[in-house]
Amino acid sequence: MSQGRWEHYSHPSDIGIRGIGSTREDAFAQAALALTAVITDPKRVEPDEPVEITCQEDDDELLFYDWLSGLLYEMATRGMLFGRFDVQAVAGGLKATAYGEPVDVEKHEPAVEVKAATYSDLKVYQDDAGNWIAQCIVDV
Amino acid sequence: MYADKLRRKSECEWFIEPFGKMHVPVTVFADRALIDAMDEQVYQQAANVASLPGIVKASYAMPDAHWGYGFPIGGVAAFDAEQGGVISAGGVGFDISCGVRALTTGLTLDDVEGCKERLATRLAQRIPAGVGSRGKLELMPSEIDDMLRGGAQWAVERGYGRKEDLARIEENGKMAHAEPRYVSDRAKQRQKDEVGTLGSGNHYLEVQRVTAVYDSDIGSALSLTLNDIVVMIHCGSRGLGHQVATDFLPRMIKAAQGEGIELPDKELACAPIKSDVGKQYYGAMNAGINCALANREVLTHLIRQAFADVLPQADLRLLYDVSHNTCKVEEHLIDGRPRKLYIHRKGATRAFGPGHPALPADLKSVGQPVLIGGTMGTASFILTGTQTGMALSFGSCCHGAGRAMSRSQATKRWHGKDVVSHLAQKGIIIKGTSLRGVAEEAPGAYKDVTVVVDATERAGLARKIARLEPMICVKG
Repeated sequence: MSQGRWEHYSHPSDIGIRGIGSTREDAFAQAALALTAVITDPKRVEPDEPVEITCQEDDDELLFYDWLSGLLYEMATRGMLFGRFDVQAVAGGLKATAYGEPVDVEKHEPAVEVKAATYSDLKVYQDDAGNWIAQCIVDV
Repeated sequence: MYADKLRRKSECEWFIEPFGKMHVPVTVFADRALIDAMDEQVYQQAANVASLPGIVKASYAMPDAHWGYGFPIGGVAAFDAEQGGVISAGGVGFDISCGVRALTTGLTLDDVEGCKERLATRLAQRIPAGVGSRGKLELMPSEIDDMLRGGAQWAVERGYGRKEDLARIEENGKMAHAEPRYVSDRAKQRQKDEVGTLGSGNHYLEVQRVTAVYDSDIGSALSLTLNDIVVMIHCGSRGLGHQVATDFLPRMIKAAQGEGIELPDKELACAPIKSDVGKQYYGAMNAGINCALANREVLTHLIRQAFADVLPQADLRLLYDVSHNTCKVEEHLIDGRPRKLYIHRKGATRAFGPGHPALPADLKSVGQPVLIGGTMGTASFILTGTQTGMALSFGSCCHGAGRAMSRSQATKRWHGKDVVSHLAQKGIIIKGTSLRGVAEEAPGAYKDVTVVVDATERAGLARKIARLEPMICVKG
């Protein structure tokens, strides 16, 4: 079980999302929860339906941008929200499964659509305590 | 360090002389109060833009400027392809061709007051809005390409909207240089059922009444008199535009690295206009603009249907449609000589002055209408472009109020239910699917649009024509 956590941070017009975990993949999964939380409470999303996402990118930050962009694409085209994420490192990128369900306006009361992940404040790094942190501003 | 370098040129014009890697000065249009409240990041971001290759004259910030990504929101910059100039995906933004459209209705306050609730309900039923909403048309891949080539003209040919609408849209509703082949399959996939949807966040549809007319001659030329009912839409290119930006941003970062262009901020992602990536982005972005124009045209059709259901005597005519997230090729006079420039306006509105060749015949003497959206509790404004603005800012001005606080601050301060009931007391009906969304868009989370518009006029960028206040607001 992951010890990770996620948080939002302030930006004048949009929202910063941050995932913190013991591994890079953990931090990515936590940041994905933070992404869902921009739209709705992730606890309200039943992790019923799995969707596979793979990203190929050597650079950690570009990989994180790809990961979030991939999630937004699946959310938009499938009309889904995701509440649980399994992220695994593979050679040259990552392989992940996002679990979720179709958007239900009554149940989820989605606040806002996320248009895109951005390069603004995009950072993937390990802090002094060894925790991985993955963050960026998302455009809403 | 940037604010210290700011110097006042006139009451509403400030500048920072080029230093460091800046090629041109920064010019900020604002009054003293707006300057005092402006985020230092705006100056830094405008100075970063001033350091990009091929920039012409200055890097501008409009009175509503605030901290954006790469470019400030409310930023304007012109680049010359012949001088190594760049085109920037960051300089257009994620919502390509986000913009405002205003429709006159032929109705007055008395016509609408008695059936306001019914009209609000009908509009909310007819207009798909909010997360997960789907448009009424589902497009095949080949139809998406037609839409991306044809813009609002495509919509009209398909039976959405009227032919006479087209003259009141920038470029007659169709960007000529759209290249659907440079728009990814993913972007097209995101749009297949999003045509004719409003979106969410700060996007809205409002029924407004005219509460002041500042210039009765121009007002009557635009069919605006006191207590007239006007419809305003604020939305953009939906999923397709967002995906085009998402796709090109990393490509442009790599292109900039390859060309030796130093990016102080990755969101300034750009490529030389004449490079392959630059040309491809230009073609894809123009397709994105057409997507937004088609979207607003289909929405107009749905709005006309909703009005016909409730107020059959209504005659909704397009007053104007203008985008505020674009890069457009325009001819401007530089030192008395015409030059073809790539004008980036990010959260800034084109404001062509009277006589401009791009204006339709019936607006030639008036100047281009400029549509400034406010918040759901305050006011919106209609202005017109000026000759002085052509010289001052490449014919550009502000685009809205601009946020004064973040979304999370807003939700801590206000509850959606309270916002809705407070606005109801003022006679404003809010139709929104999300109470948190309403709280995030609370009027108090924005700057005072009146102050922004007044500074815009005093700076000479545009002329104030009418003030409009909301009666019904449909939010995503």
